[in-house]
Amino acid sequence: MAEPFTTFTSKVIPLPAENVDTDQVVPARYLKVTDKAGLAEALFRDWRFNEDGSLKEPRFILDQPEMAGREILLAGDNFGAGSSREHAPWALTAWGIRAILSTSFADIFRSNSLKNGLLPIAVEAERHRQLFDLVRDRPDAELTVDLDAQVVHLPGDEDLPFEVDPFAKQMLLAGTDELGYLLGKDVEIAAWEAAHPARIDTLARA
Amino acid sequence: MAAVRCYPVAAMTPPRTIVQKIWDDHVVTQEPGAPAVLAVDLHLVHEVTSPQAFTGLRARGLRVRRPGQTVATADHSIPTHDRSLPILDSMAAAQVQQLEQNCAEFGIPLHGIGSPNQGIVHVIGPQLGLTQPGMTIVCGDSHTSTHGAFGALAFGIGTSEVEMVLATQTLLQRDPRTYEVRVDGRLEPGVSSKDIILALIARIGVGGGTGHVFEYRGEAIRALSMEQRMTICNMSIEGGARAGLIAPDDTTFEYVQGRPHAPSGAAWDAAVERWRRLPSDDGAAFDKAITIDANALEPMVTYGTNPGMGIPITSRVPSPDEQPDASQRRALERALEYMDLQPGQAILGQKVDVVFIGSCTNGRISDLRLAAEALKGRRIADGVKLMVTPGSDEVKREAEREGIAEIFKAAGADWRESGCSMCIAMNGDQLQPGQYAVSTSNRNFEGRQGKGGRTFLASPLTAAASAVSGVVSDPRALPGIESLAAVGGR
Repeated sequence: MAEPFTTFTSKVIPLPAENVDTDQVVPARYLKVTDKAGLAEALFRDWRFNEDGSLKEPRFILDQPEMAGREILLAGDNFGAGSSREHAPWALTAWGIRAILSTSFADIFRSNSLKNGLLPIAVEAERHRQLFDLVRDRPDAELTVDLDAQVVHLPGDEDLPFEVDPFAKQMLLAGTDELGYLLGKDVEIAAWEAAHPARIDTLARA
Repeated sequence: MAAVRCYPVAAMTPPRTIVQKIWDDHVVTQEPGAPAVLAVDLHLVHEVTSPQAFTGLRARGLRVRRPGQTVATADHSIPTHDRSLPILDSMAAAQVQQLEQNCAEFGIPLHGIGSPNQGIVHVIGPQLGLTQPGMTIVCGDSHTSTHGAFGALAFGIGTSEVEMVLATQTLLQRDPRTYEVRVDGRLEPGVSSKDIILALIARIGVGGGTGHVFEYRGEAIRALSMEQRMTICNMSIEGGARAGLIAPDDTTFEYVQGRPHAPSGAAWDAAVERWRRLPSDDGAAFDKAITIDANALEPMVTYGTNPGMGIPITSRVPSPDEQPDASQRRALERALEYMDLQPGQAILGQKVDVVFIGSCTNGRISDLRLAAEALKGRRIADGVKLMVTPGSDEVKREAEREGIAEIFKAAGADWRESGCSMCIAMNGDQLQPGQYAVSTSNRNFEGRQGKGGRTFLASPLTAAASAVSGVVSDPRALPGIESLAAVGGR
């Protein structure tokens, strides 16, 4: 279960690539794990490392020393496309990322992120460009992500409002999970099942 | 979209799309402001996205609520060479073993290695008759959209959601928006359903369908066999749509009837009567729409590093200078650098090292029949490696019964066991850095088929034609192409 999502302030990691797919976030060969541990080392693995395991030069943005400890990723359009692997948000949160800003997110990635205390924040294209400009001009600019108020505070006292699913917001703020909610619907589910016989039986001898 | 939509004033409900009908049939309950609790009819499980979900169940002391609506297989990380040998990769072996333990402990039927029903999860569902119209189907795999070909609402989920479905047989979902994809006209010989979906994604981009469910309609869709329909629905996710479906019709019913888990007798008649009410009502409104002219489609091939970077096979690689903005220019420059292709170059004639025929996109028997027909009496080019991995054990047996396997072998192909294989390259089947592949799979992302590997996505016919010539080739140049289109079967 995730910790409650609290307001936080961080500098920004800019990653201007478009359509970053989850195969880049965590390459498939790291999906053979049976737990969630150790995935930080798999994060953007093939963009960060050479064949021999040494860091690429110039270093990928995550490995640049001044990026250490930053919790906000500013990504290009349509982040998280492709595979449904939840290993992507697991790896991002293991690295320490708590919010991602982009113009849009792939559906499954967004859903997976919200279940792991990782906040996807969609901003419109013009504001997205301004954010990249801001980080280019002031690489150490700090943003504050306030989920409760649904705003990102920008330097200069500017607020960037954002939309979030109200239910997901409640879950994130409370640090509760959807499974707990669904388990609380046992009576309704049982009633539905009684009225709707299963359409198949995988246990039946075919 | 049509400006005027007419329906009888007396109708009890406004016209609904098939998506809305399936949705309405499966909402268990919904609180104000909350997503719907959506019942799941069929939950498919595989070794890669399930271990942490079972761990979660154990931690909470939960059981699997409906094992009889759940089925598992091992497909992603398993080897596709001799199955009598142990799995050499210790992590893959441990993952497969954990799936076996989890299924035994929680009472889930498993079609694992050695089972005659083993295969890629999206191949065996339809094959066993588990995939049926009107169902909700989920799996921890984005290509679950495949099952939409039967008029089911089928979509990929993450591992947290796998745990929820295991525990409650439900999911929390917001109702999706709908996107009509109308494909009018008729496909020319040598052009297949793979080319339709690659053309769609090239037009709308990999994020074009985000937040939506595609409904594929129109004359060209109706004319497709079930397996060709599965190819289209399979790649809905590559256009950003979590699901894509096709209303069921006689083609669907004929495919389902007689399969092991299909209803029979009076139950069959009742099911068909129910399924006939599923298609979208006349006048049902879609949130978005696009029309594609099938007559104008050519075989498609990708040149870049996402499935939206596709062109008609006779076209030239686009130039970054022609891109509308700096961001897309950068993206294309990066893709061409990775692919080591030049702006404006022809894609036809591009050297190929490996040809891969298989995957949940194009690993079914009709895909193999088409590729084999194109390869009959021919040899693959020197220096080219052709890998053929059947989508399931049953597809493999059928191909061997029909003599297709012999055609592949005689052509010089490596005829393998079933599995995801080089589509995801988790199991050692992979490209070497710098190699080019024509692949019938679904993703050409950087490193997808092996670190540094370069993928051209294309149809089975294009793959077979390219294997023969050793370069990217137009399948319409194959002798007898007019008769090939009919080979696939149902």
